[in-house]
Amino acid sequence: MEIEIKKNNKEKYMQLDRVIERYKQQEGMLIRILQKAQEIFGHLPIEVQSYVSDRLDIPISTVNGVVSFYSLFSEEPQGKYTINVCMGTACYVKGSQEILKTIEEELHIREGETTLDKLFTIKVTRCIGACGLAPVITINEKVYGRLSPSDIPGILHTYIKTNKKAAIGEEVKA
Amino acid sequence: MENIREQEEIKALGKKVKIDIDGLEYEVPEGMTILEAARMFNIEIPSLCYLKDINEIGSCRVCVVEIEGSRNLQASCVYPVREGLKINTNTKRVHRARRSAVTLLLSNHHRECTTCIRNLNCELQNLADNLGIRNIPYSGEMPDYGFHDNNPAIQRDYNKCIKCRRCLAICSKIQECNVYTALNRGLQTVIAPAFKKDMNDVTCIMCGQCVIACPTASLTEKESINEVWQALNDPAKHVVVQTAPSIQVTIGEVFGMPLGSFVAGKLVASLKRIGFHKVFATDVTADLTIMEEAHELVERLFKTPEKLPLLSSCCPAWVKYAEHFYPEFLPHLSSCKSPHEMCGALTKSWYANKYGLDPKNIINVAIMPCTAKKYEAARPEMGTKDFQDVDYVLTTRELARMIRQVGMDFKKLPDEEYDEPFDQYSGAGVIFGATGGVIEAAVRTAYKIVNEQEMDVPDFEDARGQRGLKYAKVSLDGKTITVAIAHGTGNAKKALEMFKNGERIFDYIEVMGCPGGCVGGGGQPILSARDYKKISLDYRHNRADALYNVDDTKKIRRSHENPRVKQIYEEFLERPLSETANKYLHTTYIKRGKFPYLESET
Repeated sequence: MEIEIKKNNKEKYMQLDRVIERYKQQEGMLIRILQKAQEIFGHLPIEVQSYVSDRLDIPISTVNGVVSFYSLFSEEPQGKYTINVCMGTACYVKGSQEILKTIEEELHIREGETTLDKLFTIKVTRCIGACGLAPVITINEKVYGRLSPSDIPGILHTYIKTNKKAAIGEEVKA
Repeated sequence: MENIREQEEIKALGKKVKIDIDGLEYEVPEGMTILEAARMFNIEIPSLCYLKDINEIGSCRVCVVEIEGSRNLQASCVYPVREGLKINTNTKRVHRARRSAVTLLLSNHHRECTTCIRNLNCELQNLADNLGIRNIPYSGEMPDYGFHDNNPAIQRDYNKCIKCRRCLAICSKIQECNVYTALNRGLQTVIAPAFKKDMNDVTCIMCGQCVIACPTASLTEKESINEVWQALNDPAKHVVVQTAPSIQVTIGEVFGMPLGSFVAGKLVASLKRIGFHKVFATDVTADLTIMEEAHELVERLFKTPEKLPLLSSCCPAWVKYAEHFYPEFLPHLSSCKSPHEMCGALTKSWYANKYGLDPKNIINVAIMPCTAKKYEAARPEMGTKDFQDVDYVLTTRELARMIRQVGMDFKKLPDEEYDEPFDQYSGAGVIFGATGGVIEAAVRTAYKIVNEQEMDVPDFEDARGQRGLKYAKVSLDGKTITVAIAHGTGNAKKALEMFKNGERIFDYIEVMGCPGGCVGGGGQPILSARDYKKISLDYRHNRADALYNVDDTKKIRRSHENPRVKQIYEEFLERPLSETANKYLHTTYIKRGKFPYLESET
């Protein structure tokens, strides 16, 4: 094993080992393992991809190709909330471009980037199958449909507010 | 569309079918692709991403044809023939489709043809010409994807990549180094190493097979021509040049001579006219390599059998492959430097002494069929703290460019002789350039060391030919040794895996990184641009045969009979594996692993 594991990450790598152990024998499980790895680490840094490559004996070029192909995977650290803006045909026709533009302006970042306070990441996704609700965005697991640009500031604000409350709550506990 | 995976099985049946191409009937083996069938009868279907047996993915849409009963045009490189198939290769619709496919590629291509390294030898350029594209109505986005050359051997210009994936295919299927992948998707796709690292930071062995496979100038060798001109123009420098055995049979191709033309004399003449002070044959130090390696073999056979199998080390691409993928086998690698490094080390020690030259003022230029040799020459092990043993490595292609720069008519040059003291060599040194050659040469000498008599010549036919992996047995003093010969690192992997599993026992394995050995090297002339038949890499046979012909006509056929080798031992090295020999002719290796970029980051 050549990949050096940093001390504070040992726990996470042990979790990853369990995932790999579970799916290793089955073929075509690379995406599943990477998905779980992303759940554990939050994103897929070079070291994690190399570790998976080494453990599964799959070339790192293949692993990285898969990771870069699917918009589901991220090689950069993600914000607490990932905003996915659907750019499927229906949403596009219904003005998802404008939605995206508004979010970008509100958060002062571009698509693919993360806010400095690590709260939001904006991503663009292909059709998520909720065309009836077009235009659609998702924030983590929650779906927002039939949006117009004027809805955006309000939605973002609820997240900022809950996050602040949570932060204050933690401070009180401490 | 038919199931292509069944193709092999149908081929094995050998059933013939009747097909119709452009109104004429032909009989072809069932399951063959339309493209191959058409080419059998000299019907030209243009292609771009296609590389026979290596990259058959039907992605560029240049080879499309019309098939009766099929609504869409079909990519002929992946469409198998069947009874009664009616094909049209020459219709308006076909022409338009081909032209628009190439026009779209060109619209996003950095078209700097006149200053491009592949000018007049580019498949894309050639295709545009053949299809008569005179105007490109769309202008592509032409994003800047960048340029990587942070290594001594290979440079990657992402802006000239047309995403044919031939580099990816040859690297993963033949060489099994798995350097390349397709990153991202759609229009953003780039064919690059993982994380878009430079070749230096991944498991690239610098063999240059991707350079041979690349239809454009996206992958090329890193040129050292200007540095060599500079050295030649410096009056303080004594510039010597050495040529690898295989250059003698390949450089002529660039100047329109038939494949496998033997042109050693003209090669020497051209180098003298360029202005090199001395012209040496690397074949001499190839003989020396054989002396050292044969003694190593005998020593391991009778004294340290735990270090068997002995793995040849004259191919720097293979050495790097072992360092990345089989670090546990590094003690098995012969410690011999490759012949051109031996020549470099000797010119800056023995030769410098003999002729009263300061080694710091000697520039050793090596003409090699290889891009990995560029990398090898830059390895810190290959030199002293004051200088590298070999200063510059030029590929066959670069030498051809230098000859053109001078303006010589290569074909009409007279034949001239190599310079002393690296001038006489045996047939064994010559066949180094073809797969199997090293083992054949080493066995000739080992036989003499052990059995104390000469082996009959021709002696080792089993080692010849272009099969990927060959085995043979030789008897040395009642001891039968098993040898394996692999070319293309993918085949080396097979041999080593077999050994690891205990499936087969080997005593000696020769590995050449490139398919065919040095005659198929990554620095050899690229012939595919004007003649698609060369894409299939069949030309290796002609080149290798030419080397064996030289061997046949040589009076001296065994390395230990070479008078120059005897002289070098008498005057300088004493005997094979002596202390001096160890200092100048042997080297060490490093474990590199599969994730070199992780180390370079910390």
